[in-house]
Amino acid sequence: MEATKEAKPVANKIKLGHVHFSGCTGCLVSVADIYQGLLKILDDYADLVYALTLVDVRHIPEMDVALVEGSVCIQDRESVEDIKETRKKSRIVVALGSCATYGNITRFCRGGQHNQPQHESFLPIGDLIDVDVYIPGCPPSPELIRNVTVMAYLFLEGNEEQKALAGRYLKPLMALAKRGTTGCFCDLMNDVINQGLCIGCGTCAASCPVRAITHEFGKPQGDLNLCVKCGSCYGACPRSFFNFDVIPEFESISELIADALR
Amino acid sequence: MVSDPYLGKYTTCISARSTDREILKKAQDGGIATTLMVYALEEGIIDGVIVAGEGDLPWKPRPFVAMSRKDILKAQKAKYNISPQISWIKEATRSFGLDKVGVTGVCCQIQAVRKAQLYPINMRDVPGKIAFVVGLFCMENFLYDSIQAIVEDHTNQSLSSVKKMRIGKGKFQVYTERGNVATAPLQATHKYGQPGCYVCLDYVSNLGDISTGSVGSPDGWSTVFVRTRVGNDIWSKAVDAGLFETKPIEEVKPGLELVMKLAKIKLDGNRKTLEERRNFGVNKALRDPYA
Repeated sequence: MEATKEAKPVANKIKLGHVHFSGCTGCLVSVADIYQGLLKILDDYADLVYALTLVDVRHIPEMDVALVEGSVCIQDRESVEDIKETRKKSRIVVALGSCATYGNITRFCRGGQHNQPQHESFLPIGDLIDVDVYIPGCPPSPELIRNVTVMAYLFLEGNEEQKALAGRYLKPLMALAKRGTTGCFCDLMNDVINQGLCIGCGTCAASCPVRAITHEFGKPQGDLNLCVKCGSCYGACPRSFFNFDVIPEFESISELIADALR
Repeated sequence: MVSDPYLGKYTTCISARSTDREILKKAQDGGIATTLMVYALEEGIIDGVIVAGEGDLPWKPRPFVAMSRKDILKAQKAKYNISPQISWIKEATRSFGLDKVGVTGVCCQIQAVRKAQLYPINMRDVPGKIAFVVGLFCMENFLYDSIQAIVEDHTNQSLSSVKKMRIGKGKFQVYTERGNVATAPLQATHKYGQPGCYVCLDYVSNLGDISTGSVGSPDGWSTVFVRTRVGNDIWSKAVDAGLFETKPIEEVKPGLELVMKLAKIKLDGNRKTLEERRNFGVNKALRDPYA
């Protein structure tokens, strides 16, 4: 009997990790909801070197890309050490989901609950370490996580052309990381409507996970008491970022990503 | 494939009108958007489409998900004020249970769709379920109160008596049910434009699978750009099925030249606005979404 050999040489996989802070694991579920695409990514492009939910590796190892979920409780010493360790061990730190990017629901924490009533202050990871890329969303879309993972691979392991494309693709998500660590419906007021940029397209209302946004005479109307401060609406808005060097290439880029996962 | 800095990428540009008499009766121009979406629905290319239907006030559009020919036809005619089309894009894949979503809208709304496809932020399932996108040409849009002021004050017509509105030949034209035609010079409407429109860098819906509009073709006809592989496929099948009369754009007046002229006016003007925003304050800029 002949021994079967792996048909495709698997070389230069990047090291991918999932680091869990004060999150709900919903972001990791979104990663898993890439479905067979995730298996393809793990077959050909990335080794999952760390993820307490899935892998029996106890301590944070060296990673090319760290997908970091959840915010950080600054009264929890271990969490604070872990986020610093994550930055030290990773080439690219991705804030995965709205808790890591903007604090999200943990913005409302104020302690006083058993059995750590003093655990009252939670910060998005960007307030403690430099973050390279944001994937906002509560939950984050599996498709965006997939795109960022494929692009990060191309950025680190691709040829010059692929590197350039990946750089262009990731740029607005890097710019979001530079912009700040707060997300809210008010982003639409402060940075879109107040800036004379809103065109009433309705995208913000579609993206809001809690239906806090409606449109009155074509303009966003936010129910601030419903808003969980996930920052999705501003991210999805075509007048937050609209990069003409990428989005008009939607046909070829969608194909490239589909091909990579075929 | 033509790649034009003002007209976007396209494979063909034609002048066309629907052969469906029922659709033509109420169409704004050549009935292209309606006919294409009805065809796509009947062929199973889409199973629903976001259109601009009638709202709770006369001539106020309301976006909704149409899943029948009858409902698509309810959205005919241009309404010159905001219809937040994209607000339904995720819901179409949720409670409506659609697998193949069609979208109609103006340039910025088509941009929103493409952004959601490449950068889905809280838009799960949307990227893979966009099946067919038809974009309309758009110079600028108005707010509802603007349209009220233009129609009721400038053209002196009652909004509820209006059968059709058109912008063409430098005029805002209003046609009433009883046969009256009233116009206002376009110059007088400029102050009512939606501010966000003045940074828009797209005139002929560059990112649609197919885009269509009135400019360039004679009355009752539309100018059509066929752009993507999806668009090409659907267009050629629809033409083969006898759904459209077509003429090469080169053979019609005023033709592509006027489209180009207006595209230049819009894009160059708005680029200037963007430039001015960079020095809007004293050592302070307004935000540039394209930076």
